[in-house]
Amino acid sequence: MRVVIGEGSCGVAAGAAKVHEALDALLTGNENFEIGSTGCIGMCFLEPIVDLYDGDKLARRLVHVSADNAQAIYDAANTGDLSKVDDITIKPEDEEFLNGQTRIALRHCGLIDPTSLNDYRAADGYEGLQKVLNNMSPEDVIEEIKTSGLAGRGGAGFPTWFKWNAARQSESEEKYLICNADEGDPGAFMDRAVIESDPHNLIEGMLIGAYAIGATEMIVYVRAEYPLAIKHLEEAMKQAREANLLGKNILGTDFSCDMRIKAGAGAFVCGEETALIESLEGKRGMPRLKPPFPAQVGYMNEPSNINNVETFANVAWIMNNGGEKFAAMGTEDSKGTKVFALTGKIRKGGLVEIPMGKTLRDVIFGIGGGIRDDKEFKAVQMGGPSGGCIPKDLLDTVIDYKALGATGAIMGSGGMVVMDESTCMVGMAKFFLDFTASESCGKCVHCRIGTKRMQEILTRIVNGEGKEGDIELLEDLCTAVKDGALCGLGQTAPNPVLTTIRYFRDEYEAHINEKKCPAKECTALLTYRIDADKCRGCTLCAKKCPVSAIDGERKNPHKIDPEKCIRCGQCIATCKFGAIVCE
Amino acid sequence: MGKPQSDFSLIKDVLDEYGDVEGSLITILQKAQEVYGYLPKDVIYHVAERIGSTPAEVMGVATFYSQFRLTPIGKYLIMSCQGTACHVNGSERVSEAVSEYLGIENGETTEDGLFTLENVACLGCCSLAPVIMINGEAHGNLTPDKAIAVLKDIQAKEGC
Repeated sequence: MRVVIGEGSCGVAAGAAKVHEALDALLTGNENFEIGSTGCIGMCFLEPIVDLYDGDKLARRLVHVSADNAQAIYDAANTGDLSKVDDITIKPEDEEFLNGQTRIALRHCGLIDPTSLNDYRAADGYEGLQKVLNNMSPEDVIEEIKTSGLAGRGGAGFPTWFKWNAARQSESEEKYLICNADEGDPGAFMDRAVIESDPHNLIEGMLIGAYAIGATEMIVYVRAEYPLAIKHLEEAMKQAREANLLGKNILGTDFSCDMRIKAGAGAFVCGEETALIESLEGKRGMPRLKPPFPAQVGYMNEPSNINNVETFANVAWIMNNGGEKFAAMGTEDSKGTKVFALTGKIRKGGLVEIPMGKTLRDVIFGIGGGIRDDKEFKAVQMGGPSGGCIPKDLLDTVIDYKALGATGAIMGSGGMVVMDESTCMVGMAKFFLDFTASESCGKCVHCRIGTKRMQEILTRIVNGEGKEGDIELLEDLCTAVKDGALCGLGQTAPNPVLTTIRYFRDEYEAHINEKKCPAKECTALLTYRIDADKCRGCTLCAKKCPVSAIDGERKNPHKIDPEKCIRCGQCIATCKFGAIVCE
Repeated sequence: MGKPQSDFSLIKDVLDEYGDVEGSLITILQKAQEVYGYLPKDVIYHVAERIGSTPAEVMGVATFYSQFRLTPIGKYLIMSCQGTACHVNGSERVSEAVSEYLGIENGETTEDGLFTLENVACLGCCSLAPVIMINGEAHGNLTPDKAIAVLKDIQAKEGC
């Protein structure tokens, strides 16, 4: 038997390393089982996860494991008596989370040891590359990608074959293939999961791309905040070099290409490809004017092609299985699968890979199990700071580039943050504008100053100081910033504002006209009072109040002094009689 | 300036390796920050001189990226996640509570040099939201009270 611990970043954050240590501490050297490690299976809501394998067969999946369970796991694995771990075994309804998915980009994640080239090879690894190098010309590869319909998974959805072809046709001694792993959208982590859990898949996908465009070097630009991803990728690169999969004359052919990692230093705008190139060159990451496009003048002024991690993660599969099989999934407009990071007020959060063409409802209520704590679904935010909020009545929107674009949101890199009735939509717009205003590189006036002004207006609205005409002013600014910005950051920064105004205008109006926050989130707009009929005078709230704003005699109804109250909500949390009203 | 000069010999190897390689400024600054814990002003001047650039140029890069710090950090670096999932799950109240409890704002260090508070973009443990990470260890599903309890534990350990 094998005991395999899920040690991706989420698993470790939830305590997987402690489980591993506790198991190691029990080992005597005479066990009937071995301990292994794997990456992220994507069921974040069940972490830490431990799998028990009998040969190649998954015998048990254990969830919410803690170091205290180590002895039980040890005994179960050692004796084969799995009833010892019944209490931490995954429930059938939670297994549905994976059953509802189609995994291509994530096909090895959580199943193989990311630090083992043998594991990757046993799971058909590098067969795609072998096939390409033996039987296909670069033009064939580009044609196959064209057949597959693969489009850029970083957000824009630009056809991959087109970029590859443009870079192929640029003549130069030096050409670069760059992987954008600067996953900056707050709320998306699929790229990290792929690199951490299946680094060889990225290397293989990139090698195929490098062969197609004729690249002389490959560079992976990774967020510095992803130390485990960097570590696993470095190990994988070393193994690949030793196995003649990287470097000179790869697999005995004429094709030579090596790879290096460049750690980003934290700037959202570097997700934009020309800004990324500037950053690779050691400069401030400020976007360049296009054209010329990177395919002509890119890194170090040489032709360069940039794709996102998830895009590359599909490439080896496409070569192995054929572009047609990939294109058979999805819709007219969008082919293949897409990975989403499902988070927020969702019951089962994690990484979800589904064929394009499913609906938002399928993902949120099917796979994700609906809203936590039986609350009401309000909206889903897609595409992060560049995207928008999609309301309840559009839940049946199908997931494809065009249909999502029509809602005002975007496919984006795959962040899918679910919100319930307690999330204020004006607050949400402000949250994203706080982000884009601070991440704007400052090059374009409209973006630099426009986002700042929008942020100020949103701040005054949530503080109850909104004025008549503010909504229209915001709309004006949105148009100006969209039109006046050079790069994707500025062009899309207004989306969170525009979509929340479009679908939740009444919330803006309530904030501005009635000075009320319908979601009861904007503290400046709340008033707390005590319902005298329900209050028993137990004094608990008065004791808990950090600013002594509550007064009253024991066994008599208490009162809140609105002047002193800081609206922290601690009284509501304390009261056992539901006597405190927040309006 | 009362501050002693930084020991440049600590980054000599880094500068020897990358000083003449075009486009390596970010790498040099990252490695320098690993050595000093932050980027002292004299190090910025030294790097500029060594790579044939200007202090303004180097400072421009150092201030552009959120990873670089121009002031020393405390013994414990608190990274408070500001990701979307954390926001939706109430991270604002958590960071306010931490800020209030320690008496420092984003980017500041407590007077005793124990804690530095840094608001960061998504840490990527969205299912544990809201999250803070202290010296690499994630603390999830926080409430203001739980966050303060974590800080109190550290203070107790440090004998405060």
